[in-house]
Amino acid sequence: MKHASRWSLLAASLALVACSNIAAKDGEGPQTASSVKADAKPADKPAAINKDPFPSTYKSYPGGATAIRNVTIFDGEGGRIDNGVVFFENGKISGMGGADTAIPAGMTIIDGAGKYVTPGIIDIHSHLGNYPSPGIEAHSDGNEATSPTTPEVWAEHSVWPQDPGFSRALANGGITSLQILPGSANLMGGRSVTLKNVYARTVQGMKFPGAPYGFKMACGENPKRVYGGRGRAPSTRMGNVALNRQTWAKAQEYRKKRDSGKEYSRDIGMDTLAGVLDGDILVHNHCYRADEMALVIDMAKEFGYKVSTFHHAVESYKIGDLLKENGVCSAVWADWWGFKMEAYDAIPENAGILQNAGACVVIHSDDENQIQRLNQEAAKALSDGRRLGFDISDAAAIQWITYNPAKAMGIDKMTGSLKAGKMADIVLWNGNPLSVYARPDKVWIDGALLFDAADAKRRPVSDFELGQPGEGDVK
Amino acid sequence: MRALLFAAAALSAFAVPLHAETVAITGGKVIIGDGSPPIEGGTVVIRDGTIVAAGQGTVIPADARRVDASGKWVTPGIFAGFSRIGLVEVDAVAGTNDKSGGDSGFSAAIDVSPAIDPFRSSIAVNRSAGVTRAVVAPETGKGIFAGQGAVIDLGADSNPVSKARAFQFVVFGEEGADRSGGSRAGTHLHFRAMLREAQAHSSGNDAFDNDLLKVEDARALQAVIRGETRLLIHVEGANDMLRLIELKRDYPAIKMIFVGASEGWRVAGPLAAAAIPVIASALNDLPATFEFLGATQSNVGRMKDAGVQVAIGMINDRDAHQLRYTTQYAGNLVSLNNVPRATGLSWDEAFAAITSVPANIIGLGDRFGSLKPGRAADVVLWDSDPLDLYAAPTAVFIDGVEQPLGNRQNRLRSRYKTPTEGDLPKAYDR
Repeated sequence: MKHASRWSLLAASLALVACSNIAAKDGEGPQTASSVKADAKPADKPAAINKDPFPSTYKSYPGGATAIRNVTIFDGEGGRIDNGVVFFENGKISGMGGADTAIPAGMTIIDGAGKYVTPGIIDIHSHLGNYPSPGIEAHSDGNEATSPTTPEVWAEHSVWPQDPGFSRALANGGITSLQILPGSANLMGGRSVTLKNVYARTVQGMKFPGAPYGFKMACGENPKRVYGGRGRAPSTRMGNVALNRQTWAKAQEYRKKRDSGKEYSRDIGMDTLAGVLDGDILVHNHCYRADEMALVIDMAKEFGYKVSTFHHAVESYKIGDLLKENGVCSAVWADWWGFKMEAYDAIPENAGILQNAGACVVIHSDDENQIQRLNQEAAKALSDGRRLGFDISDAAAIQWITYNPAKAMGIDKMTGSLKAGKMADIVLWNGNPLSVYARPDKVWIDGALLFDAADAKRRPVSDFELGQPGEGDVK
Repeated sequence: MRALLFAAAALSAFAVPLHAETVAITGGKVIIGDGSPPIEGGTVVIRDGTIVAAGQGTVIPADARRVDASGKWVTPGIFAGFSRIGLVEVDAVAGTNDKSGGDSGFSAAIDVSPAIDPFRSSIAVNRSAGVTRAVVAPETGKGIFAGQGAVIDLGADSNPVSKARAFQFVVFGEEGADRSGGSRAGTHLHFRAMLREAQAHSSGNDAFDNDLLKVEDARALQAVIRGETRLLIHVEGANDMLRLIELKRDYPAIKMIFVGASEGWRVAGPLAAAAIPVIASALNDLPATFEFLGATQSNVGRMKDAGVQVAIGMINDRDAHQLRYTTQYAGNLVSLNNVPRATGLSWDEAFAAITSVPANIIGLGDRFGSLKPGRAADVVLWDSDPLDLYAAPTAVFIDGVEQPLGNRQNRLRSRYKTPTEGDLPKAYDR
């Protein structure tokens, strides 16, 4: 199965690449120092950069005005309403409240007795599309592992919109938005893309309109193993930091030139790094160990950028105070551990300790199977936190997989909670989503009903699965 | 298992008496583990490391230590149907990873038993999650036969192996093809040729053709051919399973068990007719590769309904560290009962699929996997429904010995419950 293989696969594919001459062609490190011409002539004002050359063409599908009543609501921002009402029309949430909330006339009414409503679930760390199913070499598009810094690559150029995994994430996990990141072979892996979990013919058709870009970085074992193994930098953790700092220094220089109003040589990777320094692109930094996170926080201060979120932050619990103070989220698994040395000190109480310390918690998957059960992963982390004596509400645990990831991805004004005016991204669960026994009953995205457990036709089937054994099965 | 306690365990802050007692666990909701419904207010009596009785109206021996289980669930320990636990500390640290011995030049002869280390931290972590026994299989190296696996207990003592050389493990399908020259045709040929060599060797044929097998490998396979050692076969695709069912006709004594079997539902009838048990991955539902095209979470339920004997295992799914997922996986199969058109398991069936059924399939149902009289007293007390996400064991007995529930993760969490340092560095806090 694919779990074990994310990095055996990585190692195998890298070995292949190492044998080719691609690595040599790419040269060491970023290309900026040599490619930015120091003697660029002061000329006409350079043309403005198109910051959105692959614009979203996502369009929401139609959906009727709908109200769900007599239902338990977790609003995504830590609130809970028993016997509540939520309604939406024209793709937006138009109201939410207690039993006495007046439902506008003409709405389709769904009785939610015994059921629960949450905002659509959001996975901040996914490789659906760039490590899709089937997980074969031909589909291995997540790591441009030919240079330790590849800020020039964009995950959206690797996303295969026919990944069957999107349908499972929707039907079993209630996932309505997700961030697809480049892999972690490189210190600087490239731009991420945020998607609506709605199948489209093109990746542009899935892109979350208005979502800011993210930028993937990685600490620790992976970059030094991948490149050190080829006898090139970085081969140590100090090499990791040195190469990062050198690259950020170049980015500062590039940004200065860019903003000088004079002609400059365009560098696609540097555009991204300058975008991070501008504050337009959010940094998502794969970083397991607490000591390394602390170093990254200082490095970010040195160069004037901010880390949105540490991903796979299995040791965040050791520095909950520091993370709170610096306003950095931790995207964590409930309980993964022991698969490599930097995951050795992972504990199931990580999220609970962070929550108790007042730090921002996000539960993520990084996995095509667990993305189908983020609600269960949140529940396990909640349970382990409570067992340690912390008072954490069910609603707070739902926030870990809705509003908090939305905020960390910069889409919280549009989705992530059930506030009026936000996108009607909604899951109706057939029981408490923090129980193993609950499954999505219906899922709406922008008010369109895109999954209905009771309707075999209201279930997406990717091109890949058409005409195959099990096409349209319950999965 | 009761002897030779490690000093480390005795010195641990979580130390409890590590000896078999006479114990009566009273007042709990008792799950026998054989698929029968729960018994409210039942009693479980343990003596000399085995179950004396479990149920209502049980006589409590006068000398028994009484354990009040009111409000708790009392079950057999989880029997992990397929794992690599005890063979690994950190997967990516080669010196601590003993899953595969396939580069040794040996294949079927490899015996994982001496590589299983009961003090791998995963043993304590999964013990404290209620896992008490596990099937432990080697990984393949260069050939299709990985070697002989064991059944172990997860007790805090120095003797983990309940049954050494409990089965032989072989891979078919894509993995098998990869280990036999690149095609499934090669896998079948390798399989037949290796068995022929093993038989030639056993008949004392001087012309023993040892192109494929060393003498030790041949001996190990003889026990498979005679049906004395079960043969666990990793296979996922429907066609590969059908071809194996055909192959079995040529080797009628071989006791085949399929592992993984993600497309098993597509051939559930033939599987049932051939009486081949399955240790299935519970929740595979993606076309992870082309041999998983039909994968669905309804696989286990559909096979069960067709009459296949099905247990839950975790092949290649964090199988050295996360056996604690077993209960969650079983719970998910129960949840399918509330999904239109899906096929799940009842709660009682699901619990059996992680206790008595895997024990039965591996041939040790008379010793492990349930609270029936005479079975090893592997008993877990849970604070709530063990298949839901909130349950934790409050006590774990293995062979009648109450076990320590501490582990390295607990120590870290206690140290960092408040992350900020106090009067001394965290290194002094223990």
